[in-house]
Amino acid sequence: MMTNPGNRITQGQFSFLPDLTDQQITAQIKYALKKGWALSVEYTDDPHPRNTYWEMFGMPMFDLKDPAGILMEVNNCRKTFPDHYIRVMAFDSTRGVESPAMSYIVNRPKKEPGFGVVRQEGPGRTIHYTVHSYATDKAEGERY
Amino acid sequence: MSDTNNPDSAQRSTVLADDAQVDLEAEFQASNVQEVLDKLDRELIGLKPVKTRIREIAALLLVDRLRKQFALTSETPTLHMNFTGNPGTGKTTVAMRMAEILHRLGYVREGHLISVTRDDLVGQYIGHTAPKTKEVIKKAMGGVLFIDEAYYLYKPENERDYGAESIEILLQVMENNRDDLVVILAGYKDRMDRFFSSNPGMRSRIAHHIDFPDYSAQELLAIAKLMLAAQNYRFSPAAEQAFSEYLKLRMKLEHFANARSVRNALDRARLRQANRLFACGKKTLTKIDLMTLEAEDILASRVFVDGQPDSEPGADTAVQK
Repeated sequence: MMTNPGNRITQGQFSFLPDLTDQQITAQIKYALKKGWALSVEYTDDPHPRNTYWEMFGMPMFDLKDPAGILMEVNNCRKTFPDHYIRVMAFDSTRGVESPAMSYIVNRPKKEPGFGVVRQEGPGRTIHYTVHSYATDKAEGERY
Repeated sequence: MSDTNNPDSAQRSTVLADDAQVDLEAEFQASNVQEVLDKLDRELIGLKPVKTRIREIAALLLVDRLRKQFALTSETPTLHMNFTGNPGTGKTTVAMRMAEILHRLGYVREGHLISVTRDDLVGQYIGHTAPKTKEVIKKAMGGVLFIDEAYYLYKPENERDYGAESIEILLQVMENNRDDLVVILAGYKDRMDRFFSSNPGMRSRIAHHIDFPDYSAQELLAIAKLMLAAQNYRFSPAAEQAFSEYLKLRMKLEHFANARSVRNALDRARLRQANRLFACGKKTLTKIDLMTLEAEDILASRVFVDGQPDSEPGADTAVQK
């Protein structure tokens, strides 16, 4: 598909770049901690762009001062779900912002089949389009 | 410590030639450690063996840094420590200073201290302990994890106790994340010895066993003066005399908790001083009146009257930590 160069999913920050190394992830975590954001690790095997809420891996990590602890969680998550999408989120809890401030993928399946277009015929010859992730044809947990 | 901002910092730092010279003194000045060590000397009375050991550690870390400039690689020294000593000998205070010193020497990244006891590490039921302990460890990363009363972690008389699980996780982290955190255990000497004899893995992973000696009467008096100065009080000459008498008597009684007992005695003296100022009926008081503790504020103590500690029976044991 033209919109999915190299068959890689492009969601969140840095997703057009090659995969981040642990050192780069640590640097990004450090940046978020300096800003006072709370980081959390999430995973999913349903990469549809509208799938906003991924599964939480453990609790969001408040009051940590050092990136080492968060990187440890990331690696735990990679060990548990080696073939899922895993992302690190930084949540800015400032009054009035209260939303994720960063989100980047740190782990992806080896093979990403991408998306297909599904067309639906509506009344009056209108066509409705939606994307459908090929991976989700299989049951949860057997997709990658 | 890895500097994540420039991933190639390790390669970029130039290796000095074999005949180059490095300035230990300059390196020492640059690290600002002297300031912390001086503060330690000023604010902590006595504790000679402790101060000596801290100096040694500081020297080792500095020399290590210089060796790195010549690319003389050596293992990062392990700095997990064990503080043993009676109650009130300043174990927690020194642990906090330790965090600061290690931070200045660039051994830990953040230099914060997370102080925990058994309750923070050990869970109530199966599967509760590991996440709890890991949570604490994650918080402490980049700093110092201080485990007070560490011997409570292991209860040999209870087979179903989850403390052992917590110790296992700690051991793993102490070995694998040496660069990320320093663990300091603290507790009374005899119990800590028993704890280590039943956990040989723990003993071998802790390089520094530091013993905190009890204070002498003079040292306690000096500590009392420091405490008062910090609160903008002072002894009158007679009161100072009375207080050193008080210390001599109090040290013979049971439940004597060194500096902590001194602090409690001073708190009670302040109460009596306030009471005295009220009772004497003077309309106007000077600054000096408000600052000075008189001999009678000290002598009213039950230690002088009937040879009992001031606190109600049992109250002193409750605050013993």
